[in-house]
Amino acid sequence: MEFMIKEKIKQVKKGDQAAFEDVVAFYQNKIYQHCYRMLGNVHEAEDIAQEAFVRAYVNIHSYDDKRKFSTWLYRIATNLTIDRIRKRKPDYYLDAEIKGADGLDMYSQLETDSPLPEEEVESLELKSYIHHEISELPPKYRTIIILRYLEDFSLKEISDILDIPLGTVKTRIHRGREALRKKLRHV
Amino acid sequence: MNCKKEAVELMHKYLDGDLTKAEEAGLIQHLETCEDCQKHFHELKRTITWIQSTGQITAPSNFTQNVMAKLPKEKKRVSYMRWFKAHPVLTAAAIFFIFMFSGVFSAYNHDSQLIVSKQDDLIIKGDTVVVPEGVTVAGDLVVKNGDLRIDGTVDGNVTLINGKLLDNSIEGEGLMASVGEVNGKIEQVDQVFEWMWYHLRNIFESIFSVDNK
Repeated sequence: MEFMIKEKIKQVKKGDQAAFEDVVAFYQNKIYQHCYRMLGNVHEAEDIAQEAFVRAYVNIHSYDDKRKFSTWLYRIATNLTIDRIRKRKPDYYLDAEIKGADGLDMYSQLETDSPLPEEEVESLELKSYIHHEISELPPKYRTIIILRYLEDFSLKEISDILDIPLGTVKTRIHRGREALRKKLRHV
Repeated sequence: MNCKKEAVELMHKYLDGDLTKAEEAGLIQHLETCEDCQKHFHELKRTITWIQSTGQITAPSNFTQNVMAKLPKEKKRVSYMRWFKAHPVLTAAAIFFIFMFSGVFSAYNHDSQLIVSKQDDLIIKGDTVVVPEGVTVAGDLVVKNGDLRIDGTVDGNVTLINGKLLDNSIEGEGLMASVGEVNGKIEQVDQVFEWMWYHLRNIFESIFSVDNK
């Protein structure tokens, strides 16, 4: 498969647009899934995943054949998702008063620090609960946890995708694991 | 062993597959005696299992088409090249026909010189070839790019390419009577397609004549 993709990329570099269709078809689920996990929203995920492929096509000449194409593609997608997260306008402000609720502001809607009661947790589907907890992680930990455990990249590959030193990847994955452990220990 | 620092650090190294044999032995030994660390280790492993258990999702059905529609237009040249590569037989056929037609056309158009098959006793006046009276021309007569007037006799077939058979008796004693004797077929070719047809037939005839002999 890797070889097939390499051939297709060569054709795309020569200007053959149709060859890119196979590349998109091959990676669409992976990239869409990655964007969805990073953003937690199907509309944004589709938007950013499409954008990632378009960027890859436009900048195909800056892709180095000797490296893995998937690594390069994931880097584009990851950078776009992180940009999107940074640019997101907050949907609500904590100080805003809730309409129709006299004097109550958003602070009153925040969950308390105490662990959720068991019944409440059981009512949530475990998977979506875990997903929610992952999406609550700061992006720099979230990215690595997703790449490592959901997309099965090695730590070395993650360091290539994110263009950060292997040591940093390890530090972040330790912290990400600890953060998730603390959130999930009471489930 | 310090639980908070060393042991947890070793657990993470274990999860990343970075643990040496000695470190692994140390960790196992510590876990056997320290319940807190056992719990911590168990929670970490369970967390990872849970993360990995979250479902797979697939891209929307028309995702690829949407991406393709968003791409900038490719160069025309490339799409032609791809078409040629995708249809090699048609391409070969097209190239063959281009060469064939251009060959025939150039042969038809550029040879505007008068060409007469090599026979004695023929008189050539400008663009007109004359078989004089009382002369018998043996063999097939071919005249190209010129007119032919037959007053004598041709002992064989006559082929006229791009030319006319001239009527010498303007007084008109009937069409055939004015023409000298031709002991064979008279053929006039002055259309491109007839010219081609004539060529093709010649090829076939030459093939079959070999068989006949």
